[in-house]
Amino acid sequence: MNTNTYSDYLQITMVQTGPIPLNIRFSCRQHELIVLVGPSGSGKTTILRSIAGLYKPLHCRVSCAGEIWSDDNQKIRQPAQKRRTGLVFQHYALFPHLSVFRNIELACSQIPDNKKHEYVLEMLHLVNMDGLERRYPAQLSGGQQQRVALARALARQPSILLLDEPFSAVDQVTRRKLRRELARLRQKLNIPIILVTHDLDEARMLADRMYILHNGTLLQDGTPTEILSKPANALVARLVDLGNLFSGKIIRHDPANNLTYLGWGSLELECRLRTEYPPGTVVDWVIPPESIILHRRDRPSRGERENPVHGIIEQSIPLGENTSIVMNLDDEAMLSFSIPTHTARRNNLHEGVEINVSLLAEAIHLMPKENTFP
Amino acid sequence: MDWETLILSFKLASCTILVMLPVGVFMGRLLTYRRFHGRTLIIACIALPLVLPPTVLGFYLLSAFSGQSSLGHWYHQIIGHPLAFTFDGLLLASIIFNLPFAVLPMQRAFEAIATDIREAAWCCGLSHWETFWKIELPLAWPGIVAALVLVFTHTLGEFGVVLMVGGNIPGETRTAAIAIYDHMQALNDDAAGLLSALLLAFAFTSIILLNLLNQRFTYHEHKHIL
Repeated sequence: MNTNTYSDYLQITMVQTGPIPLNIRFSCRQHELIVLVGPSGSGKTTILRSIAGLYKPLHCRVSCAGEIWSDDNQKIRQPAQKRRTGLVFQHYALFPHLSVFRNIELACSQIPDNKKHEYVLEMLHLVNMDGLERRYPAQLSGGQQQRVALARALARQPSILLLDEPFSAVDQVTRRKLRRELARLRQKLNIPIILVTHDLDEARMLADRMYILHNGTLLQDGTPTEILSKPANALVARLVDLGNLFSGKIIRHDPANNLTYLGWGSLELECRLRTEYPPGTVVDWVIPPESIILHRRDRPSRGERENPVHGIIEQSIPLGENTSIVMNLDDEAMLSFSIPTHTARRNNLHEGVEINVSLLAEAIHLMPKENTFP
Repeated sequence: MDWETLILSFKLASCTILVMLPVGVFMGRLLTYRRFHGRTLIIACIALPLVLPPTVLGFYLLSAFSGQSSLGHWYHQIIGHPLAFTFDGLLLASIIFNLPFAVLPMQRAFEAIATDIREAAWCCGLSHWETFWKIELPLAWPGIVAALVLVFTHTLGEFGVVLMVGGNIPGETRTAAIAIYDHMQALNDDAAGLLSALLLAFAFTSIILLNLLNQRFTYHEHKHIL
């Protein structure tokens, strides 16, 4: 059964106009870790609940590991009990009146009674919870509760693991630790994982593929690097919290040098050739902060490097190792980027200081103007 | 000592909680988990005995139990004796006037179980019936027990409805509360005082037990020694 390693191991189609609008089609491979990212109300949790059989969208088709769990056309709707999903709830939903052992044992109906004890201990070992089987949920820390919830979800030998913001209720240190553990654990699992999160760092760290959702619609999917460097449009750029989002106008193309010239206020920026936007087209564009290169003050370099830009430091805020700089470009726009705090100190980069930066042409990403994408 | 009235009161209270346990759990769950037309009306009907004068409730119940009514007539035909002024009638009345004391606290107890706990049980493969037995019932149990203690104590002390529906037939419908009234009317202060003291002691003990039960579960939740 679980031998399908192609992209259709899990296939999902969900369509409804309300009360929670959904228009989703996607599939995933057997070993993939997919992260659903989107603001509150974008339908992330509803998708997980629909896969698990806890919610029924108006039109829904879910198939997993060759089994059809839900299909309107065939009038199939397997109840949650019959779907082999391991769901870790946002607040874990451990049974408070049962010990850790009993919490996991309840999910082991497929294991023969004489092997249950050993199996439950094995599950606890998998999540580094050895020796805590007699405790009750209220006696555990948030991180431990999360691990028990994970062990319980896996105890059922699911075909898919669904994690609903699993790290949101723990502190930063525990969160980092649990993320590492999940990354380690997934190497041992032979099933896909779908993780819902608000946390972009988490998505970047864990995802094989990210799905950006908004109002129940899939805006873009791709690897975290693709999405963060090449968002499909300004909305995606905003949803993944990319700063440095601007509008400009295509001036001309220079195919010989593989360049497109972009008009931005009084400036003309070089960027990678994008002939799909004819000259005169208004576009949105972004540049990742790491592609904004600060010029050395002792060696003026205006004109010597690509896309030189001059401005005044509006804000200089040290945030630990890095200092966040907001640069005012003649009151036309604000550019944000970070530099190491020691560099900011050495160069005396405080508010009001004039600086020059280069915008790396290769990193400037053009997108269709916001009101022109579907 | 008026043992007969006391035994009758305890018998009535015991029979009432035996019936109220399944009825309360069923109704409490129904009102918690199902949304249906007429739900608000049903909740209002259940809560009505809380605000209705007992004599009013007693009057309507007596009318419904009388031989002229279809219920009273039907009952007489099937069982062979009337409902009004009998223990059976008293029990039925007791069940009706105790509905809010049983159903509403049990409803609160089920409402207190987070939705995701039940859903987690389903995702663990537990059927609805297994989820009820293994998850919902143990979690709602303190609320259910508290409701039953309340019903038991309330039944022992109920006067108005009992007098209206049951009258004052020794060994059949003469409960302790009625007996106290009788003794007072007959200027038998000692007997009234003794019975009153017994009911007071019982009511007081019940309240203490309820509080202890409540504290025990709260303690378990907060002190992590469940």
